[in-house]
Amino acid sequence: MAAEPTEPTGPEVEQLRLRERLAKLRSLRLLGGVGVARELERLERQIEKIAAEPSADEVWHSVELARHEDRPYTLDYVERMCDDFVELRGDRTFEDNRAVVAGLARFRGRTVALVGHQKGRTLEERYERSFGMPYPEGYRKAMRAMELADRHGFPLLTLVDTPGAYPGVRAEQHGQGGWIARCQLAMAGLEIPTVACVIGEGGSGGAVAIAIADRVLMQENAIYSVISPEGCAAILWRDASEAKKAAAAFKPDARHCLELGVIDGIVAEPEGGAHEDHDAAATLLADGLEAALGEVSGLDAGERRRDRRGRFRAMGVFSG
Amino acid sequence: MEERIEAVIEDRREPKEAGGAKHPNTCPGCGSHYRDDELEATLRVCPQCGHHFPVRARERIAQLADGGTFVEADAELRSADPLAFFDLKAYTERLAQAEMATGLGDAIVAGGASVERRACELAVMDFAFMGGSMGSAVGEKVARACERAAERRVPLVAVTASGGARMQEGILSLMQLPKTVVSVDLLREARAPFVVVMTHPTTAGVLASFASLGDVIVAEPGALIAFTGPRVVQQTTREKLPDDFGLAESNLRFGHVDAIVRRADLRPYLGRLLALFVDGPDGG
Repeated sequence: MAAEPTEPTGPEVEQLRLRERLAKLRSLRLLGGVGVARELERLERQIEKIAAEPSADEVWHSVELARHEDRPYTLDYVERMCDDFVELRGDRTFEDNRAVVAGLARFRGRTVALVGHQKGRTLEERYERSFGMPYPEGYRKAMRAMELADRHGFPLLTLVDTPGAYPGVRAEQHGQGGWIARCQLAMAGLEIPTVACVIGEGGSGGAVAIAIADRVLMQENAIYSVISPEGCAAILWRDASEAKKAAAAFKPDARHCLELGVIDGIVAEPEGGAHEDHDAAATLLADGLEAALGEVSGLDAGERRRDRRGRFRAMGVFSG
Repeated sequence: MEERIEAVIEDRREPKEAGGAKHPNTCPGCGSHYRDDELEATLRVCPQCGHHFPVRARERIAQLADGGTFVEADAELRSADPLAFFDLKAYTERLAQAEMATGLGDAIVAGGASVERRACELAVMDFAFMGGSMGSAVGEKVARACERAAERRVPLVAVTASGGARMQEGILSLMQLPKTVVSVDLLREARAPFVVVMTHPTTAGVLASFASLGDVIVAEPGALIAFTGPRVVQQTTREKLPDDFGLAESNLRFGHVDAIVRRADLRPYLGRLLALFVDGPDGG
């Protein structure tokens, strides 16, 4: 007897989901912009492709695109998706960890709380944001935003993009593992509607800490994994340069995550990847987030919390 | 991840002059050697220097539970191989070998018991099974232990020893973090107490999920308790590590555990704690 996944999965279901998304895209009033029109065509082509298992090369291509240095980061999306954004800084205990951004935003006409990992573009900014790898203070800031949103009834959107939680002495001394656990617990208990989307690297505990949502999405070229391909290769193959082999074995790409029931849907990216057209990528992401938010907004708070708990309780495949 | 943690332990504890693998009953602290029955009689603590040797899950249960009270649950549960994972060896083969070597179905043994005459649920991890790594079977057993404790309204006592999530199950092993977290949420909602005993090593995915959510968390002396182990921190950041990096003693100082409890004191300590929880404000 295997654990029942929360929903049926597999290529057919994914096709169905893509078709639904296509229908939604088509029905949007404000389609404007060449990128989106092209997107429709490409989605249609993609449906044909879905039935085939992604090859090792395709999986690795996702890894490369997920880490592409021109890929939009959280604040690139916030700037494009939100009409207003007021950043909230600091954990009210020790410091403001810049690898996590949090704030209140106006998203498609409503106030939401938004939390995301943030990588840097310049060398200086990369250091300042510790390469998007949060310290415990970052998770505490996220929890502060979650609690605030819950109290005021604002829906919560989270954008996941981190190689992992920061592996450093101070992070350990400040309780890295414990705060990742508590951040998950806090998010699991929220009464507000919550949607998470992996927009780049969904690296291990540092990523899942802010992804305990009612709906979890992934962008087409994002990855979500228990360890980096290099880390996995170094341990299991005893050779970090076998990363491509490792990635093919543990399948961190969006299609596999959907098949395994880990995510609820895939958000399309512009032709060639999100880095090719930030504006089009942001429109597609906003559409995806809004649609997912719509699905869970109608439920009452208790029901939503029960469903969310049930969603994660069902994760895993075992016998007996 | 288990291999990584083993390397970490070697780095930290093997005296430099020692060549090759040491016998498991040779104390890494002082070099004393013991027969297996001698170590069993001392709860696997070195009488010379107090080093705490690893304890297998069934032996730990025998140390903690009142005689004959432990009733195992979910013994038939096994991890599946959803990714058909193959590195240098097939995952199914690694599972079969681990089962042969340890006599366990996976890296945790759970069930109902009483400890110092207080009814509870016990969930005890075993590092000997693939480094105590958490895959679907471990996550499911933890979740069910939470549910049993919540339903019976008895405390859950978890003894952890783990290198983290089990890579061979890919993203599904990462999903065991939230799976165990939401199960603890249920436990909390039912007002069932949750006590965690962290033993060497408690790291990565297990530390970043249910293990850190105990109402009371205690650690064994010298246990490594870290999200990222010393070797990876050193390699990634080139930081100079403090001598006691990630050890139980440093975790106590930084406020992450409530006490360090020597193995000989663990059972009476748990007995006192469970009595306080179970007797409650009305005195039982």
